[in-house]
Amino acid sequence: MRLAKLVLALAAASCLGSSVNAADKVKVGFLSTLSGPGAGLGVDIRDGFNLAIKHQGGKLGGLPAEVIIADDQQKPEVAQQITEKFLKKDKVDFMTGIVFSNIMLAAGQPIFDSKTFFISANAGPSQYAGDQCNPYFFNVAWQNDNLHEAVGKYVNDKGFKNVVLVAPNYPGGKDAMVGFKRFYKGKVGEEVYTKLGQLDYAAELTQIRSLKPDAVFFFLPGGMGINFVKQFVAAGLSADTQLFAPGFSADEDVIKAVGAPMLGMFNSSHWAHDMQNAENKRFVADFQKEFGRLPSLYASQGYDAALLIDAAVRDVKGRLDDKDAVRKALEAKRFKSVRGEFKFNTNHYPVQDYYLRVIGRDDQGRITNKTMGTVFSNHADAYVAQCKMK
Amino acid sequence: MTQLILEQALNGLQFGLMLFLLAAGLTLVFGIMDMINLAHGSLYMVGAYLAAEVTQASGSFITGVGVAMLGTGVLAVVLEVVLLRRLYARNHLAQVLATFALILIANECVRIVWGAQTLMLNAPDALSGPVRIGGFLYPSYRLLIIGVGALIAGLLYVLVARTRIGMWVRAGASNREMTEALGINVRLLFTAVFAFGAALCALAGAMLGPLLAVQVGMGESILILAFVVIVIGGIGSIRGALVGSLLVGLVDTLGRAMLPAMLRALFSPEVASSLGPALASVLIYVLMAAILFWRPEGLFPARA
Repeated sequence: MRLAKLVLALAAASCLGSSVNAADKVKVGFLSTLSGPGAGLGVDIRDGFNLAIKHQGGKLGGLPAEVIIADDQQKPEVAQQITEKFLKKDKVDFMTGIVFSNIMLAAGQPIFDSKTFFISANAGPSQYAGDQCNPYFFNVAWQNDNLHEAVGKYVNDKGFKNVVLVAPNYPGGKDAMVGFKRFYKGKVGEEVYTKLGQLDYAAELTQIRSLKPDAVFFFLPGGMGINFVKQFVAAGLSADTQLFAPGFSADEDVIKAVGAPMLGMFNSSHWAHDMQNAENKRFVADFQKEFGRLPSLYASQGYDAALLIDAAVRDVKGRLDDKDAVRKALEAKRFKSVRGEFKFNTNHYPVQDYYLRVIGRDDQGRITNKTMGTVFSNHADAYVAQCKMK
Repeated sequence: MTQLILEQALNGLQFGLMLFLLAAGLTLVFGIMDMINLAHGSLYMVGAYLAAEVTQASGSFITGVGVAMLGTGVLAVVLEVVLLRRLYARNHLAQVLATFALILIANECVRIVWGAQTLMLNAPDALSGPVRIGGFLYPSYRLLIIGVGALIAGLLYVLVARTRIGMWVRAGASNREMTEALGINVRLLFTAVFAFGAALCALAGAMLGPLLAVQVGMGESILILAFVVIVIGGIGSIRGALVGSLLVGLVDTLGRAMLPAMLRALFSPEVASSLGPALASVLIYVLMAAILFWRPEGLFPARA
């Protein structure tokens, strides 16, 4: 009997012990879109994320990093299944990687319920910035509206009077339209919603032609945007209609596929590969060395997501079970981002600068983005007031 | 306004004719062999990949299309002789099961050979710009697609309605046993029809590649539309497939373009903008349901 008590006490002590001991490695569940027309985004985030870990010597916060990579095929139900596996079987410490907001919203709740931190390297739905904000959700990139707000402001300042808006019919697309209209005050000729993943825009382009707008603003990430621009040019619309887009539809992935028709297109971003800070120079140079292409904004976001986790793990000295401490460490954001300065707002979304870029030829003759100037300084999202972080 | 409708009609025609290339093969296989082939979309995918590969390697779009049609046709013969032939006598459930397995195998094979990443192709340089027809500009590549689709539709009509082979095919579609009894080598006929359908699939895949994207799983979404087409048109009928394709193409295109504007006249902008795209995407299924309600056999049933 006494022996049994002793064993029990020992067992209890060892249980207790494990909860204060530091973890011996960091497990990250990386769930992203790695096939289909949206794959370019997920691949860039993954490559940026992995490069950051490589820069840290294969570690996150000094602990060996184990990254489990899975493809959500841009399907919410697939994402939910993989999330379940990450949380219950793999017991990951962090999750990241989701590209599309509809998938984020479908997979989010179980992650938060299991008290696992999700570090979004892309999807920034307005829901999670406002009344559904969550202590376990951080977005290291932007709130969905932000890049569109910057384009809206620029288009407004340039005096365009009649603009047609095109976006996919999903939460990210709705945020795009709302964001653009928040700063653009002219006439909206039409808000065209397309199917998410649509690749043939014949009907929409004909409609645009009949509306005779002086500019078209489109938010179509990945393959959708590639096809839209190509078909826009093929339909002869580029002659008298100016195209505007957020950086999503005008970054390296789209430029590589479309080529010369992209020249002269203005777009917005919170990051650019020609930013001159030391972290960014190293990131851009090593990314090119590693993958043989220029990084896109998605790659920069993946890189920053890994650095954020790295800094937080180091801050708490590997005690990942202490959720409050981890959260405080994430909020403190003790790393140098490739985009320069930014800080987290109370809703865990960035407050940062947004820039205008234009696509042109650089001194090596490559078609790529060039930063023109700042559109917003220390810009916060429009939903933070609705967030009551518990 | 008339120009808008005319241009949208051309868009619908282009989409419909490409659907026809898929539906023609599907309806013949379904009609004559009484065989449900879900892997029809996979042949479309293989054709698109072959065309992309050969076009990039040889630099000639026409060579790419030709090799894709030939290659997919040969693949279809192998499939038919090795596997599908054994399924004709079985019930539809067994056929669905086996050909669904083929979809999974095909997708995995393509992923192994070409990778999971989408191929984004460009139309041939000469056809990348618009041309002026009447009072408006229209993409020249889409015009080419309309031309090729119309040509194939015409050829098929002549083949099926005016030649001896066409007569066998029609006879096979309306009464298989009697055709066999009359001494036609139905086995060979089946193989030929299947290969021919596959070549048309490959043509559609090759033509649509630069307009859409060449990717794993591209066959499934379009296969559903092709089935809608042959159900509307009447199973086994080429004429039905053509009329069905054009109907689906026009209804889908015009619905997407006009419906949101029409709804805005009736509802508030918020309701219209969320209802419009949702309604437009189900419009062709409404069309199918309506046609099945009044004509359960489809518009032109082959087996009267």
